[in-house]
Amino acid sequence: MEVYLDNSATTKAFLEVAELVKKLMCEDYGNPSSLHRKGVQAENHLRYAKETFAKILKVSEKEIYFTSVGTESDNLALIGCALANRRKGMHLITTQIEHPAVLQTMKYLESLGFRVTYLPVDRSGCIRLEDLKNAMTAETILVSIMHTNNEVGSLQPIAEAGELIKRMNPSTLFHVDAVQGFGKAKIYPKKMHIDLLSASGHKIHGPKGVGLLYIQEKVKIQAINYGGGQQMNLRSGTENVPGIAGMAKAAELLYGSLDQDLEQLYRCKQHFIDGVRRIEGVQVNGLPDCKCVERTAPHVVSVSFAGVRSEVLLHALEEAGIYVSAGSACSAHKPQPSATLKAMGVDPKLLSSTIRFSFSVFTTMEELDYTLQVLYDKIPMLRKYTRRA
Amino acid sequence: MFTAFLIKYAEIGIKGRNRHLFEDALVHQIKYALKKCEGKFLIHKTQGRIHVDACSAFDFDEVVEHLQLVFGISGICPVVSVEDEGFEKLCDTVVDYIAKVYPEQNQTFKINARRARKDYPKDSMEINADIGEAVLNAYPQMRVDVHNPDILLNIEIREKIYMYSEIIPGPGGMPVGTGGKAMLLLSGGIDSPVAGYMIAKRGVKIDAVYFHAPPYTSDRAKQKVVDLARIVSKYTGPIYLHVINFTDIQLYIHEKCPHEELTIIMRRYMMRIAEHLAKENECLGLITGESIGQVASQTMHSLIATNEVCELPVYRPLIGFDKQEIVEVSEKIGTFETSILPYEDCCTIFVAKHPVTKPNVNVIRRHEHNLDEQIDALVKTALETDELIIVE
Repeated sequence: MEVYLDNSATTKAFLEVAELVKKLMCEDYGNPSSLHRKGVQAENHLRYAKETFAKILKVSEKEIYFTSVGTESDNLALIGCALANRRKGMHLITTQIEHPAVLQTMKYLESLGFRVTYLPVDRSGCIRLEDLKNAMTAETILVSIMHTNNEVGSLQPIAEAGELIKRMNPSTLFHVDAVQGFGKAKIYPKKMHIDLLSASGHKIHGPKGVGLLYIQEKVKIQAINYGGGQQMNLRSGTENVPGIAGMAKAAELLYGSLDQDLEQLYRCKQHFIDGVRRIEGVQVNGLPDCKCVERTAPHVVSVSFAGVRSEVLLHALEEAGIYVSAGSACSAHKPQPSATLKAMGVDPKLLSSTIRFSFSVFTTMEELDYTLQVLYDKIPMLRKYTRRA
Repeated sequence: MFTAFLIKYAEIGIKGRNRHLFEDALVHQIKYALKKCEGKFLIHKTQGRIHVDACSAFDFDEVVEHLQLVFGISGICPVVSVEDEGFEKLCDTVVDYIAKVYPEQNQTFKINARRARKDYPKDSMEINADIGEAVLNAYPQMRVDVHNPDILLNIEIREKIYMYSEIIPGPGGMPVGTGGKAMLLLSGGIDSPVAGYMIAKRGVKIDAVYFHAPPYTSDRAKQKVVDLARIVSKYTGPIYLHVINFTDIQLYIHEKCPHEELTIIMRRYMMRIAEHLAKENECLGLITGESIGQVASQTMHSLIATNEVCELPVYRPLIGFDKQEIVEVSEKIGTFETSILPYEDCCTIFVAKHPVTKPNVNVIRRHEHNLDEQIDALVKTALETDELIIVE
């Protein structure tokens, strides 16, 4: 049995998406900037994709831009806005638990002279609005807060934060990294006071190599790459039409049945958490007892198994055909304790014993029961053979 | 401009009656190295030299780079070859050659002609003098120095005329395959690939064994070892890499033996398995990357304990090297970047906080008896499930 529980790293594409991508690569392969019919055809696919996202986010299609990947969307949003608005102030706010795509970009902006405040989080992995309020100054030009944390699945109070930011300083821009949240939650930038929003194709059963950036019409932003002037001069380069259309198709499918899917995902999550808690010495991160699963992301479960090294457990599960992640896949290249878990105050001893299980609409109860059974078998064995002090 | 290379070899030259064996091995290794280069080449031996003639267009830098990987080559001379079209034409060619190879002409030179074709109208001395004169006429700023010239221009008159003056250094050593074969214990670390490189440099062909411990070590760790073997194989030719699943043996030792002795006993079993594979594959020795005192299992006391389980000699070319010296070689041969990728190898997973540094061999032997019940069967299974990867 093969069980893929690493959907926060990437997802399997919907078959419809793969077929559409193939069609656009082999048949409607024109360059949307070309004047002939082939180009117009490609442009139509592009327009349709923009309309799709505009409808889902309840924004105007003029406000939809495409990039090569979620990381690029974050880079463009943060660097583009910081540079274009630096005369208004040099202060930025973000959180300690952002994805490296935001954190490292903030580090770069610091090197350019910007001042950055990193908001702490509580035990459940959420920022406190009080901290945000205290961090805001007249010089704050941009706040960037992730929608869903990629490591533990905590949901940030986006709507409340948006309202707070605009009340305190209407000219402060609000960017939301929704790479993990898009496709699993209803996100309406206009209602939530979001000025910029990043999303990624391959996290929602679409193709890799395509990202989305919503930019509210009035936002002052400058390009960070230069070339042929595509996408209103903001993001030069021939549009990845197959990728963009594929991502739009995936979003369309996901949002078409979002309510039922969410219900099923939360049922799976609750079932899995109940099952995993039956193992001794286990801690589910980001879910203090008082909190119900519905207030966390539907697809991420972070579990610490005391006395078991996560890398070893990961490979032991792999032997049973189960694919999971130790921390987040993006940081597996440089094994270091997760900044998110540290910020949440997780016991340092558990930092290297943490596994992330992440689900998708393809995940079944049967797969989760199989996974639980494998965990029941393997955990005691792995605990028997450990590095003795 | 260059159409051939003259290959100089160092130590082979002094081997007596075996010399042709060494030369044949070198030709073989050169052919192997050039297979990866663009173009066609004819490689042949004549009168104590090896010639590499290009039979098509080729990339000069690429060829030199690949020849520099072949052990046994001490120098690579790029050669210009021309048809014999009379002496005057030859003088023009030499003058032209100097202009192209030495844009900076304020140097001393010497012409060193060899006349293999005795019917050539001038003898060597005349050729030296007359060509020297032509050069001086063309470049008044050049001077002749017959004792210590900056440029030594060799001209050989054969069917065609060959000239060369540059010697690009080769890696030295002896052609792989002339010194027998040995089994390298290859981990994912910095040392063992360097050890393999050093022994291969003495003409030894390399087989390798890697101990894999899933799920404690990952497929990426294994891939890393394959990648390291691939880098080493640029110098040694194809490497037969044996991957041994060591997990059950390791867990069994962990269960039955004192924890401080785990690493030593584990290494004893690695040596035993490596020796078994070595003998099966006609290897004449084992190679490890050990260096005295580097870690607990590499003190002289520990080496006694790991050495005694083998009959075959264990070659430890890094034994007197400091870590920094090993790192320098690994950077030179290109394995360093791969070696430092952060995947755990099987030696570090269960390592004790305070492993023994001065193990008593008698005590170790006694504790090994705790394993009597199952260890033979586990070793047998490990050997039977040996996965062979041919890396090149």
